[in-house]
Amino acid sequence: MTGKLIRLAAGAALAALLASAAAAAEVTYMRGNDSDPETLDQHKTSTVSEANILRDLYEGLVVQDPAAEVVPGVATDWQVSDDGRLWTFSLREDARWSNGDAVKAEDFVYSLRRILTPETGAKYATILYPIKNAEAVHAGDMAPEELGVAAPDSQTLQITLENRTSYFLELLTHQTALPVHPASVEAHGTDFVRPENMVTNGAYTLAEFTPNDKIVLSKSDTFHDADNVAIDRVVYIPFEDRSACLRRFEAGEVHSCSDIPTEQMAYVKDKLGDAVRIAPYLGIYYYAVKADKPKLADIRIRQALSMAIDREFVAEEIWAGAMLPAYAFVPPGIGNYPQGASADYKDMDPLDREDRAKELLEAAGHGPDNPLVVEIRYNTSENHQNTATAIADMWKAIGVTTTFVNVDGASHYAYLRDKGDFDIARAGWIGDYSDPQNFLFLVKSDNSGFNYANYANPEYDALLDEAAETSDLDARAEILRQAEEIFMRDLPYIPLLFYSSLNLVSDRLQGWQDNLQNVHGSRWLSLAP
Amino acid sequence: MLAYALKRLLSAVPTLFLIVTISFFLMRVAPGGPFHLERPLEAKVMENLNRLYHLDEPLWRQYFLYLSNLLRGDLGPSFVYRDFTVADLFAAGLPVSIQLGASALALALLIGTFLGCIAALRQNSAADYLVVGIATFGITVPPFVVAPVLSLIFGVSLGWLPAGGWGDGALANKILPVLTLALPQIAIVARLIRGAMIEALRSDHVRTARAYGLPTRIVVAVHALRAAILPVVSYLGPAAAALLTGSIVVETIFGIPGIGRYFVQAALNRDYTLVMGTVVVVSLFVVLFNLVVDLLYAWLDPRVRFNA
Repeated sequence: MTGKLIRLAAGAALAALLASAAAAAEVTYMRGNDSDPETLDQHKTSTVSEANILRDLYEGLVVQDPAAEVVPGVATDWQVSDDGRLWTFSLREDARWSNGDAVKAEDFVYSLRRILTPETGAKYATILYPIKNAEAVHAGDMAPEELGVAAPDSQTLQITLENRTSYFLELLTHQTALPVHPASVEAHGTDFVRPENMVTNGAYTLAEFTPNDKIVLSKSDTFHDADNVAIDRVVYIPFEDRSACLRRFEAGEVHSCSDIPTEQMAYVKDKLGDAVRIAPYLGIYYYAVKADKPKLADIRIRQALSMAIDREFVAEEIWAGAMLPAYAFVPPGIGNYPQGASADYKDMDPLDREDRAKELLEAAGHGPDNPLVVEIRYNTSENHQNTATAIADMWKAIGVTTTFVNVDGASHYAYLRDKGDFDIARAGWIGDYSDPQNFLFLVKSDNSGFNYANYANPEYDALLDEAAETSDLDARAEILRQAEEIFMRDLPYIPLLFYSSLNLVSDRLQGWQDNLQNVHGSRWLSLAP
Repeated sequence: MLAYALKRLLSAVPTLFLIVTISFFLMRVAPGGPFHLERPLEAKVMENLNRLYHLDEPLWRQYFLYLSNLLRGDLGPSFVYRDFTVADLFAAGLPVSIQLGASALALALLIGTFLGCIAALRQNSAADYLVVGIATFGITVPPFVVAPVLSLIFGVSLGWLPAGGWGDGALANKILPVLTLALPQIAIVARLIRGAMIEALRSDHVRTARAYGLPTRIVVAVHALRAAILPVVSYLGPAAAALLTGSIVVETIFGIPGIGRYFVQAALNRDYTLVMGTVVVVSLFVVLFNLVVDLLYAWLDPRVRFNA
């Protein structure tokens, strides 16, 4: 009996030893992600969780380093013509696809044409409209060959733009600008994204994809910087339940979580300390006001509503510090924008603000006998509900009566997009690239998809157009600041909160830097034993 | 028997057809579509997508297109998970859900029956009250409480079992989810067995068996249980459907790649084909299970067989 036990114990010890040896040989990073990707086809993607995975699989012309700064990727350097319209990229010679093929300029030409071909059904193709003829190609009015991209030779890529675009490099860091391997797409069609078919040019290749379970990436040996990639396997785990990720993080089963349950923030901060990473993020949470509705057309009414909101209370008490109060529309710290506009009542005492708001309402013809009644629409969520309730309470103090309507997300956004009749509607925006244009363009009068407010101010539009044609970045920033001033005066959208990125990062995971865009390529990270 | 089963299966065809038709049109009544996201799409992109997925055609044509594809066994592509067809998603998720559901059902039957028998045999004793108490607890405490608590205790605090994840179906990863799923079913089965058993123990054939001097063990296990299990058998149909579809909470909290979550997710995402796919699959399961239950019933209860 004892002999048997000893043998058993020895066997177990040996197995454990072997297992640990195997573990030492291969470093696996268990990475929590917001949700499963809707697709791994870079031309059809739209979500942040997809961007995280695609960034590991593919390398674009330029990439983002651990601090989210733009650094050379497949392109080693680039020149811009004097009119800012012609960009010439020189590609590195040692760039390889995971099947050994060289990464050529022609691959980028193929890829950009593919995303803009209407038949691809790309959800985010519009982001590439600065490229010459992109809009016409995407509408099917021009052949894809007419797109402003060319490959004079395999190592040189030329991109012609419609207009000068100061943020073009930032734009190229978006996952829609990642290349596909043309031969695989031709051979497999839409199935080129399957693990057995996918050919990538980034630090990792796709090994496994089980929906709702995990996506396994393994290190690519053909990647030009493979020597500096420390993690051998990345396992992406989708977490729709943020608490589930927290539990698995606490149990040591995952090394990072891409979100934190705000309702447990106090506990999490207390228990996990430095692992909790809260950083400013490129996003705004706002209330859109139907600006062309007679009831709300008076600017003074919108200003009064904005002024009466105690954003500090909402940020601290309702969002547990996971959001920051917003008195401007463009998030602070954004690229090409040293100093934005901001509401002048930002530092005013809340009680004085309330008084001034009452005066404004009175001037606009509302008082105790004729109270303003507004309706807030929001997509169903506990935090949105709490936010709306708190704001209604603040508005009550200035004599405004508020009613609520909440519906599920899909219905809510369909209603906004279809120009449904509303007073005030909750919405949010996460920037695609770090430039103020990406926020201010939302309420340009010709932006049919995003301008929920039906805001139309020729002065505002003119400033944005002028900024687009200005090459000097300081002058451009100043023009955009003027536009934001107008925005904060007219308030087509009432900015409420700036988003923060919330991550849990294990102390074993090294090289993680908090940054405004919340991008953290696995190739820059390492895992301490 | 075979003819009866076939007849039952055939009679399910019109039912399924009705379910598919009603669900198809009900789904379309809901506002929004699969491509209405938080960040709206440009009109042109929407147009292209609608054309790709035939959403630009009149509804009746979409309906016939769906029906004809369905008849060929094609459930269509998922609108939201664009790299997968609905069939792919089910091929990956259904085996997981079935494993989980079947394990939970087996566990519930085993433990529920055992507890129910004990309670019935010792009616109005401490053991009986304990079982009834546990059963009430099991039914009233919802899985979204049980699941995180189990995960916190056994996964985080004690570290005995994984706090979540499927682990490619490893036994350790299944224990907590199966337990969570089984708990309310154990409670229901125990209560059903207890009630039926008390009645069965008083019935003539059990009294006769006792009069023959058979040991209690045999009387209970063979004669009383056979009658007492009948209500549980009729409950199996709804239970199986509930386990298959009701696993969404368990799947989300433990990170299990089953199909339960598609029921809610697909509807919220307006993933039309996936919604229809889940409706078809679940209807099929309910029809099949009811058939199995009827056959089982006939096998267990000679009276039913005689009447048939």
